[in-house]
Amino acid sequence: MDFLNAIVALSNFVLIPGIAYGSQLALGALGVTLIYGILRFSNFAHGDTMAFGTMVTILATWWLQSIGLGLPFGLPTALLALPIGIAGCALLVLGTDKAVYQFYRVQKAKPVILVIVSIGVMFVLNGLVRFVIGPGDQRFADGERFIISAQGFRDMTGLREGLALKTSQGITVITAVLVVVFLFWFLNRTRTGKSMRAYSDNEDLALLSGINPDRVVMVTWLLVAALATIAGTLYGLDKSFKPFTYFQLLLPIFAAAIVGGLGNPIGAIAGGFVIAFSEVFITYAWKKVLGYILPEILEPVGLVQLLSTDYKFAVSFVILLIVLLFKPTGLFKGKAV
Amino acid sequence: MSETVRNTALFAFVAVLIVLTGMMQSWNTALLILNMGLISAIMALGVNLQWGFAGLFNVGVMGFVALGGLAAVLVSMPPTNEAWAAGGMRVLAGLLAGAGVVVAAILVHRRMKPSRFRALLTLIILVGGSFLYREVFDPGVDAVEDVDPAATGYLGGLGLPILVAWPVGGLLAAGAAWIIGKAALGLRSDYLAIATLGIAEIILAMMKNEDWLARGVKNVVGLPRPVPYEVDLQQSADFLERAERLGLDPVTASSLFVKLSYSILFAAVLILILVLAQMALKSPWGRMMRAIRDNETAARAMGKNVTARHLQIFILGSAICGLAGAMMTTLDGQLTPTSYQPLRFTFLIWVMVIVGGSGNNLGAVLGGFLIWFLWVQVEPMGLFLMEAITASLPEGSAIKAHLLESAAHMRLFTMGIILILVLRFSPRGLIPER
Repeated sequence: MDFLNAIVALSNFVLIPGIAYGSQLALGALGVTLIYGILRFSNFAHGDTMAFGTMVTILATWWLQSIGLGLPFGLPTALLALPIGIAGCALLVLGTDKAVYQFYRVQKAKPVILVIVSIGVMFVLNGLVRFVIGPGDQRFADGERFIISAQGFRDMTGLREGLALKTSQGITVITAVLVVVFLFWFLNRTRTGKSMRAYSDNEDLALLSGINPDRVVMVTWLLVAALATIAGTLYGLDKSFKPFTYFQLLLPIFAAAIVGGLGNPIGAIAGGFVIAFSEVFITYAWKKVLGYILPEILEPVGLVQLLSTDYKFAVSFVILLIVLLFKPTGLFKGKAV
Repeated sequence: MSETVRNTALFAFVAVLIVLTGMMQSWNTALLILNMGLISAIMALGVNLQWGFAGLFNVGVMGFVALGGLAAVLVSMPPTNEAWAAGGMRVLAGLLAGAGVVVAAILVHRRMKPSRFRALLTLIILVGGSFLYREVFDPGVDAVEDVDPAATGYLGGLGLPILVAWPVGGLLAAGAAWIIGKAALGLRSDYLAIATLGIAEIILAMMKNEDWLARGVKNVVGLPRPVPYEVDLQQSADFLERAERLGLDPVTASSLFVKLSYSILFAAVLILILVLAQMALKSPWGRMMRAIRDNETAARAMGKNVTARHLQIFILGSAICGLAGAMMTTLDGQLTPTSYQPLRFTFLIWVMVIVGGSGNNLGAVLGGFLIWFLWVQVEPMGLFLMEAITASLPEGSAIKAHLLESAAHMRLFTMGIILILVLRFSPRGLIPER
């Protein structure tokens, strides 16, 4: 029984939150990695792109709620609003590309210049989002809160530990799987996807074989907009929406993309889970789980928490440093320009 | 128009802006802008050293600035004797143990041949060591933080004059820069950016949570000053007499006097650093740096050790940011870790360097003043603009309230637009590199 309790506690506090957070990071890191692979720069505005897409989704959610539209089965209205959010975000990134990035791409500017430009875009987006929706917290999750609630689980199994599965966590994982499957199908099977990969591998050869670079760039931005909005909305449903938090997500997302290998989509997904699980593992107080497994004499006195949760950024950072020191191209071979 | 005339005109323009603020708003505001402008200019010089001279992309300025602020507390506050007696030594021993574990792990990793055993041994040292460290460290921390938590609850500082903290702030920042530089320099440029972004967040997290060090989010207030207090001035007969002769009331006069004293101190530091930076730029060392920046491969072929030079200039630039951070905390008279925001302390400094002219020290100084002025003044301007736009809307409408409330966010927006426009149309900045 104790062993089962330990497993349940572990799933409840570590595995399930880790998987959900990992999926959100993976989707974010996929966006960063796509931009890096095809447009060849690190996009510092990605966190704020996510915030913008989420903001449009939230506004659409409120509008849908006000006219009384919703989803059945207790699903949050935000899912219905997601396509509107993606469309809004797509307009925004295509607009910034035309107005800002295109100029430097034509000039073949150094990647670091593009990074600085993206910082400018980050400022603008940050201001824009705060301007429209304000800097405060916004909760927009509605519908059923839990798929399985802790109490329900206890009644069902008779165990002492409860296992809660939030709707947002379930939706996160399912959506992430669908999105990733679609993305890989798109990149590996369709003509456009293949031309994107060709362009990423060798720009000159791709141009020589008649691939239209403008089209590749446009499709990339569309994918990035969709990924960013989905990642942002899922994160917002799971926790809450606050512009500054999204800016701060930049660090774990970049850490995930680099750990996996910049420019490599599989790496981005793996990196997202590596970062998420390390964060949760290291900041979780293990007292409860250990209390169930260990014999009574060895029962821990303290919380057995390796680091306080305020240091979660430190975790992604240390992992990043270790990877940079020992394997600069990442776990899966990324690009090194 | 010759270059000197043009540059003088640009600086005169900024000076006029500040003087106008003095005449239209108040001289207090003008001096506040001037003081923070001086500090911003020093930070911009530090970043310019890294980016303009060497092409290093550091987005962790906030962290180095915050370390400077920490130095101000650690050097100048009086030591808390009860806290030292309660657990000070234990905390120090814990820190030493932690450092020892890291050194031991690095030594094992370096000295032994690569094998499974080596990896296992390193892991055992690190994991076992971290438990040892917590075992020694945690009780000490608890004891220290229990000493009168409302007033102290931290170890205090050394009780030295606060001016000593300025170079110490530079040293602290240099130490952090050395760690980052060792790990991330020599890799591609974006990696340094991410690494510095990370270290800045960690330094901030540390300052917010390690209460024994500098009281965390409870803030340290009442730092000693290098200049006299207003209250003392208002009581000195000599000062009152002089104020009267200038036709100022004592309260205004004393606050202006204090701010001016700060301005003189800061200006002295700025001029010193500016002269040093100019000399460095014109020296063979500066030429080598620019050669490395423009063509690393060629510089390497000439026998230059690119990674070592990068590390050197990265540490130098960060030290200047740390120095400026200590100065800023001195000016504020308090350390509030929550006030450090990356957009304000990292990216704004970048806007200053780019707008002023990267690679040109005078440009960085100009950018520091100009952008700081805009940063302060865009908010009232935004509010004014919003009031003009919403004037036709009915009183009490939700949209009007929202727009007026959001005017504060105009500054981020404006800074972004300025950065993008400068990069697009005048990428070399207001005072381009020669």
